[in-house]
Amino acid sequence: MGKKSKRTEKLNLPLTIEPAESSDRLEVRRTAKLYIGGAFPRSESGRSREVQLAKGGVANIAGGSRKDLREAVRVARIAAEPWAARTAMVRGQILYRVAELMEGRAAQFRDDLINHGASKSDAAAEVSAAIDRMVWYAGWPDKLSAVLGGTNPVASSHFVFTLPEPTGVIASIAPEASPLLGLVSRLGGILAGGNVAIVLASESAPLPAVTLAETLAVSDVPAGVVNIITARRAELLPHLVRHADIDGYDLWGCPDELLVEAEQGAAEHVARVARRPHGVKDRADAFDGERGERIDGITAFLEMKTVWHPIGS
Amino acid sequence: MPSDQTPKGAAPRRTPARAASVVTPAPAAIVAPASSGLAGNSPWAYAPAPESREIVTIRQRYGLFIDGKERAPSGGEVTITYNPATEEPLAEIAKGTPADADRAIEAADRAYRKVWSKLHPRERAKYLYRISRILQERSREFAVTETMDSGKPIRESRDVDVPLAAAHFWYYAGWADKLQYAVPGRRPEAHGVVGQVIPWNFPLLMLAWKIAPALAAGNTVVLKPASTTPLTALLFADVCRQAELPDGVVNIVTGPGSTGMSIVTDPRVAKVAFTGSTSVGVTIAKGIAGQGKGLTLELGGKAANIVFEDAALDQAVEGVVNGIFFNQGEVCCAGSRLLVQESIAEEFLARLRDRMSMLRIGDPMDKNTDIGAINSKAQMESIGELVASGVAEGAQIWQPACDLPTRGWFFRPTLFTNVAQSHRIAREEIFGPVLATITFRTVAEAIEKANNTAYGLSAGIWTEKGSRILQVASALKAGVVWANTFNRFDPTAPFGGYKESGYGREGGMQGLHAYLRSS
Repeated sequence: MGKKSKRTEKLNLPLTIEPAESSDRLEVRRTAKLYIGGAFPRSESGRSREVQLAKGGVANIAGGSRKDLREAVRVARIAAEPWAARTAMVRGQILYRVAELMEGRAAQFRDDLINHGASKSDAAAEVSAAIDRMVWYAGWPDKLSAVLGGTNPVASSHFVFTLPEPTGVIASIAPEASPLLGLVSRLGGILAGGNVAIVLASESAPLPAVTLAETLAVSDVPAGVVNIITARRAELLPHLVRHADIDGYDLWGCPDELLVEAEQGAAEHVARVARRPHGVKDRADAFDGERGERIDGITAFLEMKTVWHPIGS
Repeated sequence: MPSDQTPKGAAPRRTPARAASVVTPAPAAIVAPASSGLAGNSPWAYAPAPESREIVTIRQRYGLFIDGKERAPSGGEVTITYNPATEEPLAEIAKGTPADADRAIEAADRAYRKVWSKLHPRERAKYLYRISRILQERSREFAVTETMDSGKPIRESRDVDVPLAAAHFWYYAGWADKLQYAVPGRRPEAHGVVGQVIPWNFPLLMLAWKIAPALAAGNTVVLKPASTTPLTALLFADVCRQAELPDGVVNIVTGPGSTGMSIVTDPRVAKVAFTGSTSVGVTIAKGIAGQGKGLTLELGGKAANIVFEDAALDQAVEGVVNGIFFNQGEVCCAGSRLLVQESIAEEFLARLRDRMSMLRIGDPMDKNTDIGAINSKAQMESIGELVASGVAEGAQIWQPACDLPTRGWFFRPTLFTNVAQSHRIAREEIFGPVLATITFRTVAEAIEKANNTAYGLSAGIWTEKGSRILQVASALKAGVVWANTFNRFDPTAPFGGYKESGYGREGGMQGLHAYLRSS
């Protein structure tokens, strides 16, 4: 408190602000909505569900529907081309800006995680790691072509180069047990590669995804580039995987019992699929440290384009 | 020469979907007069220059190649492979069963665990170099066999298929002991047993694209060649023997598609690679869903070859002809849609018809032949059905006058004009010598039309303006873009599709990635 009063003195403010935690003050609760096309609609279905919070009380979480999903795909498709067309440097700066804003909301992210049952120290560690992970991804866009592409020394008189390009619209089944770090670790890869995303948030711990949506909304990420839906996964997944305008699926967080159906649906329109590596479990620590810093999260949704041109006069 | 004009008042013909009705599908005026082509006593006619078959001994019967030995199929059944240029049977081929697939996978698994994975990578490299050298040494034999079994012109099997196959083994040989440079900062490992299914259009080359990177990465292989073109794969088994490749490292199982499915769905197969049609690719992807296998698919295509008004027209004509008539158009990356700018369409099409009239169609063993035989009767019928649909839907058909051999499966090169984007010939992969022409006015329209397809394997751009090449190349949703050239392949250059043309790349460092997993 001493530190706080010192600062307020410096700013010469009247010392009349009540602490927010005052027990006689009624909290202004947040309505946890969907995030589609840069806006925060309730589900068109009118559904929401209660999630019990560790601190007591409940949060009402929007229950996204098949129609919400279709709307998200529609706006994502519109956003895909302009996002892919931004220069790699700008995309990197936009991702870095997300990290900046996440830092500013660190307290709320911690609160969300604690409300979903995390300890204070675990929550603090996960938030820090998630912000750092976003910074890690922010550095990638303008290095991908150097690391993954190149010129090809063909045995004929042609100049031939290969470059990575984004796949397009990617649906991500976010990790269930790592609701913030896992979410950022998968989403960051999709965005760094120049793709746009539709995310099905962790079902048991959706609040960090809601806060991330609120962070993205005031960041420089264009509307529609990230769309976050809270929903019953088993209900939406069969529709999600058969939506022919989705180019790829990140099934990292797909429950094992839904995996066959998910991959079969994706196969029907030759969509790209990334999944949890063999032997890796959907656990809270799955993205800790270097385990989460994997270029696979980016490369799963890149297309390599090879361009040929003759050399001659 | 008003040969692309339907006579006044002629209603679009509703031609039955039969190949036979397509060779002479419409009024006689659509076929160019014989004097413009190579028929008869044209000064362009060439004396026959047939390649000798003597270098090849085709046995009466071939078994399966499992665990380094030739084995009879467990069911005792055989199928016959034909020479599509003569319709003569070439040999009896073992009809591998699921039990044979099981035995091959067992051999591959054992070879992986006991031999191949324990070998120093440097030694793996040397085996691949050996294979490459033997392919070079026996290249004539491979080229002749390939042409007899597939119907492709000897000029192409000799100058493209076989040298490129050898080059692929050569290229990937060098990667075998340098894998850590392909995935910087990671520890690359082989998958184990790889299951591969390949098509009939480039039998040996597809085998090389599949086997070379798989072995270099340290995997062992069970490969199923196409039912109609097994001979060069079985000849390759002899190369493995000559190279003293350890038993079981490469296994070749001939047979029907169902045998291929039992290979790829087997739980011991950790990675699957398929080249072929999109529908079969989808079946495979669904069949292995949830099994955690790696999968790469190289599927169909409907490439746009875009000719802008400032293109070097004669070079563009050559490129368009090469794009669609190379290998009888039986190429997944064939430039089957010609997008030509409206301002030059008339002149360009006139030059194209002239050039098409000079194409030499006939005996694939003749060194002068440009267009050989269609691979199978079924493929002939499929092409004929689609061409008939083009006529029925109202596109204008034109075919040069040329004599086709009386035996064998030959299809006249075909040019369609007045094609709408909704026509089947503009949307579906024909896999034959059939070109559908669509015009455009602006660069943006060209890009929009080129991308208006479910496929995304390749594309061509013809213009003298460098900045336009780079703009259009980056806007095209295609894995390979040829600018002022077409149908070029090289082991160092990754090849593969966007969208429904599949995923994963073959060739280059990128082609190695699919055969490695990294921890």
